[in-house]
Amino acid sequence: MSAIGTETTLGQEYSTAVPHYRIEDAAERSELDASTRFPVLLYLGSGLFWLLVGTVFALIASFKLHNPQLFDGGTLSWLAWPRVRTAHLNAVIYGWASTAGIGVGIWLIARLCRTPLRYPAIVIVAGIFWNIGVAIGITAILAGQSTGVEWLEFPPYVAAILFFSYILISIWTVLMFYYREPGHIYVSQWYLLAAFIWFPWLYATTYLLIFAYPVQGVLQAITNWWYGHNVLGLWFTPIGLASAYYFIPKVIGRPVYSYYLSALGFWTLAFFYAWNGGHHLIGGPIPLWIQTVSIVASVMMIIPVSVVAINHHLTMTGNFHYLITSPTLRFTVFGAMSYTLVSLQGMSMAIPSLNYITHFTHYTIGHSHLGLYSFYTSIIFGAMYYIVPRLTECEWPSANLIKLHFWCVFYGSALMFVCLSIGGITQGTMWLTKSGELPAFQFIDTVQSTIPYLIGRSVAGTILAIGHVVFAYHFGLMILRMGQRTGQPTLFIEPAKA
Amino acid sequence: MNRLPTLFLGFFLTFLSAWLGLILIPTFQIGALKPEVTEDGGYSPPSPAGSAIAGESVYAANGCVLCHTQQVRNKIDTADGQYGWGRQTVARDYIAQRRVFLGTMRTGPDLASTGASKSDPAWHHLHLYNPQHFATGSLMPSFRYLYKTQKILGQRAANALDVARLPEADRPPAGYEIVPTRDAQDLVAYLISLNRSYSLKEVKE
Repeated sequence: MSAIGTETTLGQEYSTAVPHYRIEDAAERSELDASTRFPVLLYLGSGLFWLLVGTVFALIASFKLHNPQLFDGGTLSWLAWPRVRTAHLNAVIYGWASTAGIGVGIWLIARLCRTPLRYPAIVIVAGIFWNIGVAIGITAILAGQSTGVEWLEFPPYVAAILFFSYILISIWTVLMFYYREPGHIYVSQWYLLAAFIWFPWLYATTYLLIFAYPVQGVLQAITNWWYGHNVLGLWFTPIGLASAYYFIPKVIGRPVYSYYLSALGFWTLAFFYAWNGGHHLIGGPIPLWIQTVSIVASVMMIIPVSVVAINHHLTMTGNFHYLITSPTLRFTVFGAMSYTLVSLQGMSMAIPSLNYITHFTHYTIGHSHLGLYSFYTSIIFGAMYYIVPRLTECEWPSANLIKLHFWCVFYGSALMFVCLSIGGITQGTMWLTKSGELPAFQFIDTVQSTIPYLIGRSVAGTILAIGHVVFAYHFGLMILRMGQRTGQPTLFIEPAKA
Repeated sequence: MNRLPTLFLGFFLTFLSAWLGLILIPTFQIGALKPEVTEDGGYSPPSPAGSAIAGESVYAANGCVLCHTQQVRNKIDTADGQYGWGRQTVARDYIAQRRVFLGTMRTGPDLASTGASKSDPAWHHLHLYNPQHFATGSLMPSFRYLYKTQKILGQRAANALDVARLPEADRPPAGYEIVPTRDAQDLVAYLISLNRSYSLKEVKE
């Protein structure tokens, strides 16, 4: 028989702490899933919409960067490169990654708390306001109202809307945990609960310290990067890991290898990640001790990262053949492997001697796409391939479209990473190269040297965009209930009948 | 790890530790730096004045920070000393700014002290209008939406761009002139105000 989609063993970990564990039955799960249908589809669907919007902005920005006179010659302020680039970042961060992540989180919380979704009105209202907030924010950026603070470009009145939505989601999460079936709290639940509580705290603190009661001088930059790093580390990473911790065991039908590694990975991530922010300002005009503690904390990330990697790997051992058949598993494992890679890369970039080469170059942009795209976005795609059929009660219409989507994600993100990394290192080493006492290259030469790599990045972005359009089309068919009614999940290759 | 209060306490303490360490303690250390009083009774760094204050918002809204840093690092380990970007910057350099733009990318050069080497507003306006014409090979977008082309009424406007220095294709028809908007004037005033040529006790060079 195929073990794909079997749903028996999750939570049966190597722990004696689960005395009251009971096997869920399919009817109960289907009832739980049905209760999440509208809210989760609202978040996933609107997230996907923002992904498409963000992709359009990304392509405009990418092509304009190596061809500055493209489209408007600078007469249309709404299409100015910096505004489009900022709109791209905010559309994918707050529109796509956060919204879809919340959707996946809501579904996981209902499943893992083993209670039907309570108070759906709270999350629906939050989702509507969140989308309104993102739409106003992006319009404001295009209209020239950006705050100019990276990752926090939405004007403060938009942040207030997002914060209001977010508080609703936090309250809802706590209520769900209150109503949960008693028993073991699974590792995915720790990550989700933590993320859903940390983020509003982080967001509010940062807006207060930068905009409402601004701190002096470079403290703004320290606060800015404390936020910028934590939004990755304490918001997107926990959601991505929660999803990986759920779907890898779920699809292969085996428990997570080790409960203790899960706990160690979680608490070391929580402790060290929050201290990383200062590594964005290495060499900058801030106290040296802040840079030093952040560098140390960055390198200490080796613990949570390798623990998670080992735990996932040992869970997968002997089951890698499911990667051939299961779309969810293939996206999730690609994401989980990218997580290991991006984290190891991030540690190395915090080491000063390497940071002096890569800082201020496109290498950093490659790093952030490896994190937010290859890691996080892939995992969310994988989760969506699993969740959506359970909400629309039909299966994905075409295995070939899923395949096309996967290979676009894989080759597109790999090409982007390679181009930006090589381009960035070229840029950084050219700056440092000296002939005698003088720089070997004029600054403009270093700008020019990046152009071939920027063109490569545009090609990569186009490949990713194709994948997004394919996925959106496929998702649309599912929403219209035009999927297959086979009752069997759509797999890349039908498993041999046994 | 099956009890919610334990989990909440853990979430709270881990997050709080970093907040105390990276936000609160630095606030005590460098949260209230004062400018140095110079011999002639002025301040280092000087407070921005006039339209440079408004220019800070134009710099923010138009995303200059995406390509330009405003921080010069130590000149031994990094390449920051070789392109004429001025001396290394320190925390006190930023206390007079309402919003700091340390930046993360150098698709273009550092601007921490750009006003010291490029102090001519006319050059800044022409460069913002057509960056490639004044810096061959530049990837900077044009900001000509901050300028307007208008009919010359009697006298040519005092702040009109010297169109003779622009390429043929950019010149307006006869009888018209290109003038900076309020935003463009503020932005250029801000750029020229970026000047770290004053000295500070903690800067040794």
